[in-house]
Amino acid sequence: MLRYLSSRILSLGLSLLVASALVFSVVELVPGDPASFMLGTGAQPETVEALRRQMGLDQPLPLRYAAWLGAILQGDLGTSFTYKTPIAGMILERLQVSLPLALMALALAVAIALPVGTFAAARRGKAGDGLVMGAAHVGIALPNFWLAMLLVLVFAVRLRWLPAGGFPGWSAPAAALRSLILPAIALALPQAAILARVLRSALVETMGQDYVRTARAKGLSAGQALRRHALRNALIPVLTILGMQFSFLLAGAIIIENVFYLPGLGRMIFQAITQRDLIVVQSAVLVLVAAVIAVTFLVDLAYGAVDPRLRRP
Amino acid sequence: MRTGLILGAVLAGLALCAAAVSAFWTPHDITRMAIADKLLPPSGAHWLGTDHFGRDMLSMAMLGAQTSMAVALVAVAIGMALGVPLGLLAAARRGTWMDEVVMRGNDLVFAFPSLVIAILITAVRGPSAVNAMVAIGIFNIPVFARVTRGTALPIWVLDYVRAARVAGKGTALISLQHVLPNIAGLLIVQATIQFSLGILAEAGLSYVGLGAQPPTPSWGRMLAEAQTMMALAPHVAIIPGLCIVLTVLGLNLLGDGLRDALDPRLRVVR
Repeated sequence: MLRYLSSRILSLGLSLLVASALVFSVVELVPGDPASFMLGTGAQPETVEALRRQMGLDQPLPLRYAAWLGAILQGDLGTSFTYKTPIAGMILERLQVSLPLALMALALAVAIALPVGTFAAARRGKAGDGLVMGAAHVGIALPNFWLAMLLVLVFAVRLRWLPAGGFPGWSAPAAALRSLILPAIALALPQAAILARVLRSALVETMGQDYVRTARAKGLSAGQALRRHALRNALIPVLTILGMQFSFLLAGAIIIENVFYLPGLGRMIFQAITQRDLIVVQSAVLVLVAAVIAVTFLVDLAYGAVDPRLRRP
Repeated sequence: MRTGLILGAVLAGLALCAAAVSAFWTPHDITRMAIADKLLPPSGAHWLGTDHFGRDMLSMAMLGAQTSMAVALVAVAIGMALGVPLGLLAAARRGTWMDEVVMRGNDLVFAFPSLVIAILITAVRGPSAVNAMVAIGIFNIPVFARVTRGTALPIWVLDYVRAARVAGKGTALISLQHVLPNIAGLLIVQATIQFSLGILAEAGLSYVGLGAQPPTPSWGRMLAEAQTMMALAPHVAIIPGLCIVLTVLGLNLLGDGLRDALDPRLRVVR
């Protein structure tokens, strides 16, 4: 287990290093000079020169990367060019919206997919299975932002049950949670559709295994065998998909935040793009990518814990 | 499952036809605004109604299909052009450092969702349909590399590959003449799936303004523009969304059906 862990940690460190180099080098791709790009065409040469110095653009590239990485490791993500405030603080503030939203969506997706997938597997080939899996097919094809618009149309505009957008802040916890309900549903439903399909086929496959047959022969009902033996083993592919989908969930949250005008990380990124605040875009993207890599790492570890055969590096 | 394949082919075929026909004909001219006719519900003159500028929704949806499909198609082409050779290389050099480098590099690209790649590209180069193609295409590379490697590996141990080796053929020639034709079917299935994902991704990108720019119609931007007036005229928000859902659903059904038809061993357990 120790060897498995150390090899995983090494690969995590390497991935983070290369990803950070990729994100860093993007600013170098700006046509011309990043400082004049950020200031626009009408800028005074002295202003451009000052920004160049502030961004360290007068230093050679490897030196700048090392300095940037060193600062990040100490929690310093730089200063926003537009707001003149530390970016780390801005991101932390925005994460208070994005993170609860992503977690709510994830929990909701699992809460829907588990019973639905199990139901379909238990009624394999029957009408209930066909109906549920047909719905899942449509769910996968749904763009989450369109689903979000339809939810707003029905539950906010017509029925007036929930707010159509905006975020009151966590000082009013009940109202804050209410404003995250529709975004979380819009994010979760397409995810749940994918998960339910994966869970169903994994369950159907494990139900054909010898140990399930043995359990049935010992007198367990089909439902008991499914819950006690098949479900556990079928959770491994579900875990894989959940881990992989985390990056889609993050990307989806970026779009959904724009539908509901939620002040999360995604909206911050889009505002930064329009304001040409490259430093904010760079830092926020780095945080997103690091989160995806970290989750992949955790899923790898979870495999090792669930299935000892996978511990061999 | 035959019904799925047929339904998928019909839906995808319809979208493809709409896109192709829109290249030289649409029911109405969408470059002319008619504010007096704005937000009309579906009628005989405008089958799917009109938008906030009085433009015909059917014509807009047809041209949107063209944008979506062009972006998704080029993205699949980028992914295949780079991912398949990488996967073939990794399979031919399996177990070596080269295999390791290719697969680790792929893991890394997986950490960048296509939207994040698009954000990075847009931040420095500005939004455009071309940048959307590149962003989705880059995300497709590791997908194709992985599928190619995974399906090519079992081929390399087969007798006819060994015979080719004995006959003096090199690694590249074997990859091209023996491995590639045997995995082509599965690659086509994967291409269908990536095509449908590409359409979803393009819609998302153009919805947030990172895709095709005005006046080029796209389903995602039609939805973005509909957002403020969907309470007044729900059809402007419903029609582009339905176009996306039906096209993606059709492609997914087609992909599933093709996979079952090509290789019954891979049939999803049912």
